[in-house]
Amino acid sequence: MLATVGLTHYLVVAAILFTIGVLGIFINRKNIILVLMCIEMMLLAVNINMVSFSAFLQDLAGQIFTFFILTVAAAEVAIGLAIVTVFFRNRGSIEVDDTNMMKG
Amino acid sequence: MLAFADLVFYMFAGLLLTSALGVILAKNPMHCVLLLILTFFNAAGLFILLGAEFIGLLLVMVYVGAIAVMFLFVLMTIDIDFSVLKEGFASYLPSGLIVGAVLMAELVVAASAGIFSGARLTSLPAMPTPEGVENIRALGQVLFTHYLFPFQMASLILLVAMIGAIVLTHRKRDGVRRQNIAEQIGRTREDSIRVVKVKPGQGI
Repeated sequence: MLATVGLTHYLVVAAILFTIGVLGIFINRKNIILVLMCIEMMLLAVNINMVSFSAFLQDLAGQIFTFFILTVAAAEVAIGLAIVTVFFRNRGSIEVDDTNMMKG
Repeated sequence: MLAFADLVFYMFAGLLLTSALGVILAKNPMHCVLLLILTFFNAAGLFILLGAEFIGLLLVMVYVGAIAVMFLFVLMTIDIDFSVLKEGFASYLPSGLIVGAVLMAELVVAASAGIFSGARLTSLPAMPTPEGVENIRALGQVLFTHYLFPFQMASLILLVAMIGAIVLTHRKRDGVRRQNIAEQIGRTREDSIRVVKVKPGQGI
């Protein structure tokens, strides 16, 4: 069962982590903050893929791109949490179902 | 017999996936954030195991030091009954499980189909890892030469995110006295000084 670790093992771990992220968005879809956390986990799964390919292919480009994904993730969380704060200040709630002011 | 590095991998991977499951299943959102921190630590361990020390430590600094703390701040500042948000958990679970099962089956089958193993795994490296150079030095040599422009773009993204977050959350408060420099400079002699003739013994 427990075989010597290769690239496939890392890819499977990343796949499971990504799936957990997707599942988390489904079952916690009322809470915006938890949805943001699940998006972070999905980005982390992508990062694991990038770094494992980078290590097994002896190619630094993967790690460089991980760096950029990290930057974008940080920016996204900053903006997302700012929006959550403003939304809470205006509506007194962070439920996704309450975001109906625009009737979109 | 497994090598020590393999055992470490299984430990990190197991903890990573367990804590990730904890993040999405925990009742208290504060526990979710703390388990998220554990997830990031284990991912950093995996990265270091792969020989990417810089990215691993960067993950600890950026995710644990900045992002997770920001989640904690926001959770503490907003005063809300989180049990209401857990309602409907069971009703969303079946559809989520179906989508998750399909997605995971596809990803795992694709990952273990044998395309990414052995002799078929060949590539033309975009940035081949130099021999005998430690990870941080090798990354720096590439990042500040070939990827200088994307690097500057990344800093621009962070700047825009910072300005955006400030603009979004900034508000004008009532009842706070602030220094208004334009008003101070714009004062004239006429509207600030009044010459009054005071008669002796009477006062104003």
